[in-house]
Amino acid sequence: MLHFTRWKQIAIVLSVLVGIAFVVPSFFAKETVANWPWFVPHQQISLGLDLRGGAHLLLSMETADVRKDWLDTLRDDARRRLRDAKIGISSVGISNGAIQVRLAKIEDSDAALKELRGLAQQTGDLIRGFAGTDLDVRKAEGGVIVITPTEAGLQHRITDAISAAIETVRRRVDFTGTTEAQIVRQGSDRILVQVPGLQDTAPLKELIGKTARLTFHEVHPTMSAEEARKTRPPTGYRIYPGSDREEAEQLLRETPVVRGDELKTAAPAFDQQTHEPIITFTFNGSGARKFGDFTKTHVGMPFAIVLDDKVISAPVIRDAILGGSGQISGSFTVETANQLAIQLRSGALPAKLTVIEERVVGASLGQDSIEAGKLAAVVGGIAVAAFMIFAYGLLGVFAVIGAAIHVLFVLAIMAVIGSTMTLPGIAGIVLTIGMAVDANVLINERIREELRHGRTPISAIETGFSRAYGTIIDSQLTTFIAGLVMFWLGSGPIRGFAVTLTLGIMTTVYTAFTISRLLVVWWLNYQKGRKVEAPLAYKPPPSWKTGGVRT
Amino acid sequence: MSFLFKGVDFFPHDTRWKIIERRYIFIGISWALAVLAAVLLMTRGLNYGVDFKGGSLIEVQSKGAIDIGDLRSRLDRLGIGDVQVQAIAQAVGSGSGALIRVAQQVPTKDLSEEKVQAAANDKVKGALGADLEVRRIEIVGPTVSSELKRTGVIAVVASMFGILLYVWFRFEWQFAVAAILALSHDVFITVGMFSLLWYEFDLSVVAAILTLAGYSINDTVVVFDRIRENLRRYKRMPLIELLNLSINETLSRTVLTSVTTALAVLALYIFGTAVIHGFSFAMLFGIIIGTYSSIFVAAPFLLLFGVKREWGGTAAAAPAKSDAAGKPRRENVPTK
Repeated sequence: MLHFTRWKQIAIVLSVLVGIAFVVPSFFAKETVANWPWFVPHQQISLGLDLRGGAHLLLSMETADVRKDWLDTLRDDARRRLRDAKIGISSVGISNGAIQVRLAKIEDSDAALKELRGLAQQTGDLIRGFAGTDLDVRKAEGGVIVITPTEAGLQHRITDAISAAIETVRRRVDFTGTTEAQIVRQGSDRILVQVPGLQDTAPLKELIGKTARLTFHEVHPTMSAEEARKTRPPTGYRIYPGSDREEAEQLLRETPVVRGDELKTAAPAFDQQTHEPIITFTFNGSGARKFGDFTKTHVGMPFAIVLDDKVISAPVIRDAILGGSGQISGSFTVETANQLAIQLRSGALPAKLTVIEERVVGASLGQDSIEAGKLAAVVGGIAVAAFMIFAYGLLGVFAVIGAAIHVLFVLAIMAVIGSTMTLPGIAGIVLTIGMAVDANVLINERIREELRHGRTPISAIETGFSRAYGTIIDSQLTTFIAGLVMFWLGSGPIRGFAVTLTLGIMTTVYTAFTISRLLVVWWLNYQKGRKVEAPLAYKPPPSWKTGGVRT
Repeated sequence: MSFLFKGVDFFPHDTRWKIIERRYIFIGISWALAVLAAVLLMTRGLNYGVDFKGGSLIEVQSKGAIDIGDLRSRLDRLGIGDVQVQAIAQAVGSGSGALIRVAQQVPTKDLSEEKVQAAANDKVKGALGADLEVRRIEIVGPTVSSELKRTGVIAVVASMFGILLYVWFRFEWQFAVAAILALSHDVFITVGMFSLLWYEFDLSVVAAILTLAGYSINDTVVVFDRIRENLRRYKRMPLIELLNLSINETLSRTVLTSVTTALAVLALYIFGTAVIHGFSFAMLFGIIIGTYSSIFVAAPFLLLFGVKREWGGTAAAAPAKSDAAGKPRRENVPTK
């Protein structure tokens, strides 16, 4: 235990130097570090929102929306597929989360079943493996075929939807001019948005709180919404409510002519006649073609612009619109027009997002927390150092150097793996300072005990280190287990704490058994040839005679 | 000046306190504390923070003094249900602060949970007045709060289970069960303390309890380690005597290691902001109760279960390599 090869010594010293190299950038401004030569480390520890101030929003996606959307698409697909196969349908409806296709002729059931089974797709991918099909298609009584989405299929769609939603949210947040926002997925159906420096979250929430799904629909040529309400909407048509303002409800064809995802641009503007805020837009190639074809055949008839399933305006088509551009007026204010333009440009969200958790920290509180954390770390460090030196003298000094290097390593590793420093993280570091010297207390008390039992100083040190080793591993591993559980289950503050705690435990064991031990070995080598005194004060048991021991 | 070099060996050694013999006293104390904690938790429950209860928390600060009573009566008039106002300590020279807690609002027909809560917060912000600056807002919806509660419980149970397995693997089942019982004792009494003092119980306190679980077992493992070492050495020593000897031998280590960690945590408790007050209190109390249980509670449990006396040199020989191979350290068995 008291022998280090030269190479080992060099490696240990090198590890400390590397640690220093990786910690140094964190103490300089980002701009300064950017100008440093390429061969020095540039990674900095980033500060968490609780320390720098900012907003943290946890969004939850309405998975029911995703399911409903999928069912709507499936219904259209089923209808088209059977029509193409020339199989007569009497009705297609959605009930209990499944699609019920009632065939005109029962004899067609087998052919229809075969056609509809063709709708099903494999779920999963090449990496995760295939988990079966996404649809369960079976025959029911009386010429009815039921198409039920499977759980795996739904999960797959939710995963896709959340990825798309993250992209959309990112674009919307970017439009606000915030550059450092972090948008990540959390769990299966959640998105975490972190915006440093943001204090007032209301505008951001407005921006990401709407799905902004824009669709252009054909209005039923003859039947009005009131008539449809009295009887029953014809197949393929549905009554859409008007928006909050004066727009009336309309009977519209459910399958839209063009969707908002075929928009190329959208911008707020003012109407030249009425001077009202409007939104001008242009379609992309295929959108322009579809819209052009539709307007060509429907001149003189109204069409409806629908936003999130509500009619925002229903102008009459005066001429064919072939240029692919147009405008939406819908009693906007300047603000809402601006907002909608951003939402349209960034694309629709696949489903509604709700804010289920929000934490906003002011910059001044963050600064106070940093100061408080620093103060606690310094005072705690000094108190622990004073205690160690008082109790163990020179070996205490070695332990304190070890603990200081331990903090250095924790910071260096955090910088390298790019983890974030939070207030609980600082607490974790302060705690591990106490625990780092713990290991040394174990060693030193063991040395003292061995001395009391009559070992020579060198043999006592040797036994002290080797005996304490197992104890330290056992005792630190138990805390490590708790730390891992925290990291695995915890979110936000708990995770920040778990990171520094688990890192701290690893570096604690390393420093106690390399740094502190190496210092002892150097000290012993320095003492060589002299009378080695016991390195620790100890009270010998009454029966034992004291005396110097020569080596 | 020699202490600068050698330090001061101030802790009494070679104590032979009859801890195991007096175990009924300590078991009595522990039971009393545990029953008290149970009664408190059943009758009074815990002062759940916004993380677990849902609703919102608003931290405000003022350059001057905040009239808590006045603020409370102003907020009570808003008609947004239960509003709690609590003064909090601030860093020196930065005025005074307060925490405002708004209960979870009931969603109405047109307003979702999210919107209703935001509206209530806006009312509070409107009623604050010009001299109060909002420094922190936390809003936790009902789904998240119930999830956090559940994961909190799972985390504590899972880490205890992990520790149980580890101690079982490294020692014997008796050690593992005794360690877990001592650990549950610490966790339970600490939670009871939060009920007694009515301190806010939030996520950071759960983090502290998890750490405490890991830390308290740390001390216990040091004692158990020595018990195992002594079991190998003194094959015929009566168990009571052997447990007593082991506890006494490790007393200085158990206490001093706790002192160093307690010093660090004390600094956090004194200088930390309101955000980590609950955390550092739980840690501080946990270190004390954990040290107590490691000395006075864990080993008596071991006596209750009995231990295997045939420890060979092979089982878990790593920590005492030199011991297993070499001769016994002491020929004279310290019996008294």
